[in-house]
Amino acid sequence: MPADTVSVTGWGRTAPTVARLIRPRTYEEAAAAVRDCGARGGIPRGLGRAYGDAAQNAGGAVFDMTGLDRVHAIDADGGTVSCDAGVSLHRLMRVLLPLGWFVPVTPGTRQVTVGGAIGADIHGKNHHVSGAFSRHVLSLELLTADGGIRTVRRGTPLFDATTGGMGLTGVILTATVQLQPVETSLMSVDTERARDLDDLMARLAATDDHYRYSVAWIDLLARGAATGRAVLTRGDHAPLDALREGTRARRDPLAFRPSRLPGPPAFLPEGLLNRRTVACFNELWYRRAPRARTGELQKLTTFFHPLDGVPHWNRIYGRGGFVQYQFVVGHGQEESLHRVVRRISEHRCPSFLAVLKRFGDADPGWLSFPVPGWTLALDIPAALPGLGALLDALDEEVATAGGRVYLAKDSRLRPELLAAMYPRLDAFRSLRAELDPRGVFVSDLARRLAL
Amino acid sequence: MKDAFGLPQSLLVLGGTSEIALATTRRMIARRTRTVWLAGRPSPALEQSAADLRALGADVHTVAFDALDPESHETVLGKVFAEGDIDMVLLAFGILGDQAHDEREPMSAVRVAQTNYTGAVSATLISASALQAQGHGSLVVLSSVAAERARRANFIYGSSKAGLDTFTQGLGDALHGTGVHVMLVRPGFVHTKMTAGLEATPLATTPEAVATAIETGLRRRSETVWVPGALSVVMSALRHLPRGLFRRLPI
Repeated sequence: MPADTVSVTGWGRTAPTVARLIRPRTYEEAAAAVRDCGARGGIPRGLGRAYGDAAQNAGGAVFDMTGLDRVHAIDADGGTVSCDAGVSLHRLMRVLLPLGWFVPVTPGTRQVTVGGAIGADIHGKNHHVSGAFSRHVLSLELLTADGGIRTVRRGTPLFDATTGGMGLTGVILTATVQLQPVETSLMSVDTERARDLDDLMARLAATDDHYRYSVAWIDLLARGAATGRAVLTRGDHAPLDALREGTRARRDPLAFRPSRLPGPPAFLPEGLLNRRTVACFNELWYRRAPRARTGELQKLTTFFHPLDGVPHWNRIYGRGGFVQYQFVVGHGQEESLHRVVRRISEHRCPSFLAVLKRFGDADPGWLSFPVPGWTLALDIPAALPGLGALLDALDEEVATAGGRVYLAKDSRLRPELLAAMYPRLDAFRSLRAELDPRGVFVSDLARRLAL
Repeated sequence: MKDAFGLPQSLLVLGGTSEIALATTRRMIARRTRTVWLAGRPSPALEQSAADLRALGADVHTVAFDALDPESHETVLGKVFAEGDIDMVLLAFGILGDQAHDEREPMSAVRVAQTNYTGAVSATLISASALQAQGHGSLVVLSSVAAERARRANFIYGSSKAGLDTFTQGLGDALHGTGVHVMLVRPGFVHTKMTAGLEATPLATTPEAVATAIETGLRRRSETVWVPGALSVVMSALRHLPRGLFRRLPI
C-alpha cells in the first residue's frame, strides 16, 4: 500500500503537521492500515475541506479515503444511493442529476466526500427544512479499531456518535443515502437586500419557510447604521415548466455543467486581503445585488458552490492561511448575535465570505453542530493582529448564550469550553473509550480539544 | 497541539529560571498553555518559578537538568517526552560569564562555552528528535545579537552563542519538512538579572518584549526573530563594517 510521509493541513492552511498518508484501495487494505497504524494512531481524511486540524494526525497515519470511490447501487425509483465513503458530492451530482435526483444536503462546496459529510454532519442552505446530512443517511458501514466492519443503523448510539464524530469512532467505508428529487438542474432564486442586521433577521424569520434553500451574505465591515447589511439569496430547484420552451436548458433540463476558472498562482503575497480591498469588494457586492428580484434562474453550481469554480481559492490568503469561525446561538439569543456582529465589525475583520443562516431542528448526532437558531460563518486571515484574543472573547459570548462552534471548521477553540458547547461530549468520550480502548483513532483536533 | 496561531498547549523550558523564559511562559499560559515542564538545576529559585506559574493556573512540573552534564540529557528529557506530546521546547539556559575574569581563567571561559554551546547542542538534538517523532512542535532557541559579530567586550559569551546560532540554523534546515518548526531568537541587550550592572547598549529591550516577539514568530512560523525587529537592519550594517572601524566603535 503506498504511504508517503507528508505535511498535512486543513483547508485553512494553518498548523501543518507531518503524517504518513496511506491510500487504501480496498476494504481489506483499509482494515490492514487501521490494524498496523502504530502507536500514534490514524484518522480518515477525504478531500481535506475541513478548515482546521480535523483530518491531520501528527506523527501518525492519515488514511486518504478518496481511493475508495465506487458507487455501488442507485435506486432510481426510491431515490437512494449506496456508495463508498470516498465518493465526492461532485461525483454524486454528476451521476444522479441525469436520473432526476440531487444530494439531500450540500455545503458551500461539492468537493467533500460522503464520509466527510457524515463525519462532520455537514449542513447546507436547506437546514431549516431538511436538517443535517445525517438525517438522510439510512445506514453506513464502519471499520472500527479492532479491524472489524460493522453495519451501523439509524437510531443506535454508534450511529449518533459517528454522525458528527469527526472520524473518531472509525473509518466509514460505505453509506446509503436518501436523495432529493429534482426536475431540472437549475435553481429559481429570489434575491433581496437587507439594510442592517435587524432587517436581515426579520426577513429571514418571516419568510424562510417559503423557501427550501436560504442564506444571507453579510457585510461585516459595514459600520454604524449599516452594521450587518446583507444580501439574501433564497430559492428552490426550478420546476420543468419554469424553463422556456425551445431553450437549450429546456431540451436538456438535467444537465450538470459546472463552470471552472483558472486557480490563483501557488504563491501570492501576504496581505492581499486587507481591510481596504475587502471593504471595496463588500461595497461592490452589496451594490450590485438587486434590491429585490424574484424567479431568477441560476445554475445549480452558481447558487450552491460559487467558490468551487476557482480551484485552490484558499491560496488567496497567502502563506499565513486563514481561520474560519462558525458558531450557532439559539432562538431568543438575538442580542448575543448582535454583540458578536458588532465586535467583529468594530475589530475591522477583513472578511468577505461571511454568511448568516437560520438553522432548523437539530439531529441526534452527539457532536453534530446544528441546533435551532442563528449561525454565522466567516473567514479571517490568520495573520490579523489580535485575532486570537477576539475569537476567544466571541467563544465566551457564544458559550454563555448556550451556543457552540463548529468542530469541522475549528482550529483554535479553548478546550475548556468544549463540554459546555457539546453537552453529549461525555457520552461520546465513554463510547470511544469502550469501542477504541487503545485510542487507535486520533487526530490533531482530538488531541487539541481532548475529544 | 498548537492552534492555528502556533500557540502551544504544553511547553518544555530548558533553563527554568531564565527571566526571558519565564516571561514567555507567563504569556503562553495566558493564551493556551496548560502544561509546563521547567528544567533546570534544582534550586529554591526553580521551585519558586514553578510556584509562580502554578498560581497562573498551569500544571507545572520541575525537572532536574544540568546543561554541564550532557551525558544525562537523554534520560532526563526522555522522561519528559514520555509523559505526552510537547508542543514547544524553549531553550533558554545560558550564562554571560565575566569577560575580564574569564580571559584570565581559561577554565571558567570553557564553562561558558560548555553551558551555552555544547550543553545546548545535546539538549537541542534530543528535543529535536523527540519532536520529529511526534510529527509536530516548535523548537525555540534563544541566541543573541552577540552571536552576529564578535565584540571585544564579550567575545567569550558571543562565540558560544555564535556556535549555538549556527548550529540552530543548520538544524532548522535539517528539520524542514518534518513538521518541526525551528525558530532562532536573537535579542539585543535585555534588562534582566543576568545583565544587571552592565551598561545597556542602544535598542535595549525587556523579557516581555522578547515574549511578544516569540508569540508573533510562532504565529508567522518565522525562522529568525530579532528583538527589537530594528536590530536586523542594524546588525546587517554592522556585520559589513571593516574590522578597523568596528574596533573603534563605542559598543
